[in-house]
Amino acid sequence: MKSLEELERIKKEAQAMTKLREDKENTKIVVGMGTCGIAAGARETLAAIMDELAKRNLQDVVVTQTGCVGLCEQEPIVDIVKPGKPKVTYGRVTGERARQIIASHVVNDRVVGEWVIATG
Amino acid sequence: MEFYRSHVLVCGGTPCVLGGCKAVRDALIGEIHRQGLSREIKVVETGCLGPCDLGPVIVVYPEGTFYGPVKVEDVPLIVEEHLLKGRVVDRLIARERPAEKEIVKYEAPSYLGPQKRIVLRNCGLIDPESVEEYIGRDGYAALGRCLSQMKPGEVIDLVKRSGLVGRGGAAFPTGLKWEFTAKADADQKYILCNADEGEPGTFKDRLILEGDPHSIIEGMAIAGYAVGADKGFVYIRGEYVISIERMQKAIDQARRLGLLGENIFGSGFGFDIEIRKGAGAYVCGEETALIESIEGGRGEPRIKPPYPGTHGLWGKPTVVNNVETLANIPPIILNGPEWFRGFGTERCPGTKVFTLTGDINNKGLIEVPMGITLRQVIYEIGGGIPGGREFKMAQTGGTSGGCLPRELLDVPMDYFSLAEAGSALGSGALLIMDDSHCIVDIARCFMKFFRHESCGKCTPCREGTDRLYEIMDMVSSGRGRAQDIDLMTELAQVMQRASLCGLGQAAPVPVLTMLKYFRDEFEAHIADRTCPTGTCGL
Repeated sequence: MKSLEELERIKKEAQAMTKLREDKENTKIVVGMGTCGIAAGARETLAAIMDELAKRNLQDVVVTQTGCVGLCEQEPIVDIVKPGKPKVTYGRVTGERARQIIASHVVNDRVVGEWVIATG
Repeated sequence: MEFYRSHVLVCGGTPCVLGGCKAVRDALIGEIHRQGLSREIKVVETGCLGPCDLGPVIVVYPEGTFYGPVKVEDVPLIVEEHLLKGRVVDRLIARERPAEKEIVKYEAPSYLGPQKRIVLRNCGLIDPESVEEYIGRDGYAALGRCLSQMKPGEVIDLVKRSGLVGRGGAAFPTGLKWEFTAKADADQKYILCNADEGEPGTFKDRLILEGDPHSIIEGMAIAGYAVGADKGFVYIRGEYVISIERMQKAIDQARRLGLLGENIFGSGFGFDIEIRKGAGAYVCGEETALIESIEGGRGEPRIKPPYPGTHGLWGKPTVVNNVETLANIPPIILNGPEWFRGFGTERCPGTKVFTLTGDINNKGLIEVPMGITLRQVIYEIGGGIPGGREFKMAQTGGTSGGCLPRELLDVPMDYFSLAEAGSALGSGALLIMDDSHCIVDIARCFMKFFRHESCGKCTPCREGTDRLYEIMDMVSSGRGRAQDIDLMTELAQVMQRASLCGLGQAAPVPVLTMLKYFRDEFEAHIADRTCPTGTCGL
């Protein structure tokens, strides 16, 4: 260890890695993982989300899952919850759509209207 | 960079290891792999989470869901329901007794209650085998600050002002201890970490070492800088297998990052640490016996003075600090002495780590502000006495600690208040007993332990423990004589005054406190030849 700057750099990296263990207000992406969701391809959607977040190095985003919400025909369903804003629910989110939602909604705050099935 | 959507923390402290957490961890990894989630979910083995009797416990982040006890058979359900489908498995959520209240989130105030975590700040939250995770939570920042911005004298002054006293049981002011060694003139000085935690029922140092080994390394390096020592030894009980493993890994990682070794932070200061394993003698927890043992001699105490501060390891000035004391150092440096004085009492600032065991609902590892009352610990954190029984006695600090009766439930628990009440806070065990236990029988068991562990070097301890055991054995088997209570008291007082080291001086403490607070039970065994509790077989 040569300097405090070097320590600070390691600290920042480590914090990014363990961020999800902290109780903070982060953007949340919730993927419907009921049997219906999984059958409709939610696993692939989730994998695409993980991949896109890693590619963009988005450390402030928490990814969780939920069960069936009763809209099976709209699965895979993905909710985006930004701090202080109402929940936006997207339907029939394929991996490709998920990547676009992250680029547009999560990063640039522009809701992708045509795929939204509910808000609030 | 690795990116995961969920971390599963598996408690890897010794109590959970005994409960089978390794098998649970392996099952989790296997099942996560089988479900194809290996790239999404990371399994982290961590240090003690606290509620040891609920072990093995696991915490799933980002939700912070606390499961326990988790069996291998439960793993597929947790993985499929929670990790894959996002549905919390209610049935397996850890519940505090007696109210069966769910422990929802590990750090939640509703769970911690009056607890305050300074020493255990990282325990159960980080992977103890990852130096990066320690650094991520301000690790080594205190060492960096000391080496680059403070003079050794300023470090000592800061520790003195914090009011920190040794957590091994003797409560000697840590800053003062460092100052003695700093002022001693010598070509070589040493820092020793006393991790020879031998008190039956005490395992707090073990869990600190297992859960946050880097905090000890950092504390030792800071002590080394303050007093001018470039070498340290951690003396760990040989039975503490996991502590030794994790400490060794931590030392290796610190060396790799240049946090141990030459010219740390480019300051010119160098420090290195080696582990020495104890062979299981209780007396080696006494600092001079510990030093003898490291030197390769027989574990017997030396006559004091001279004290280790000026004449310690190989005759050189040596600081001997307890594990918990050292773990307090980095946060004190970072947050300042006034911050530290904000916790605990005026004379005894800070917190105390206890292992809560015996007849109590929620057993485990806790950290509370000094000066908290026994009543708060037992009823607010411990959840009271199980089975509808009554509290009878609590022993603080392991077998050589004092026994507190119901009348002392509201005495503040700090070193000085308890000493004034004729007891002692001791090291870190808190053994709770309900009204089904016979005091005479317990006293006899304690003395049997000391008789076995007395090293035999000095007469008061060697003979005193033997004779006290004999008398107690007579009393407990209905052959006691009227004069035995006075005889035991006198013998105990002689041992306290004349014994060479802490073992013989502290062994009579439980006896004297029991004779003081539960005299009627001894008298019943002697005069009526009966046991009031009817449990000791008399």
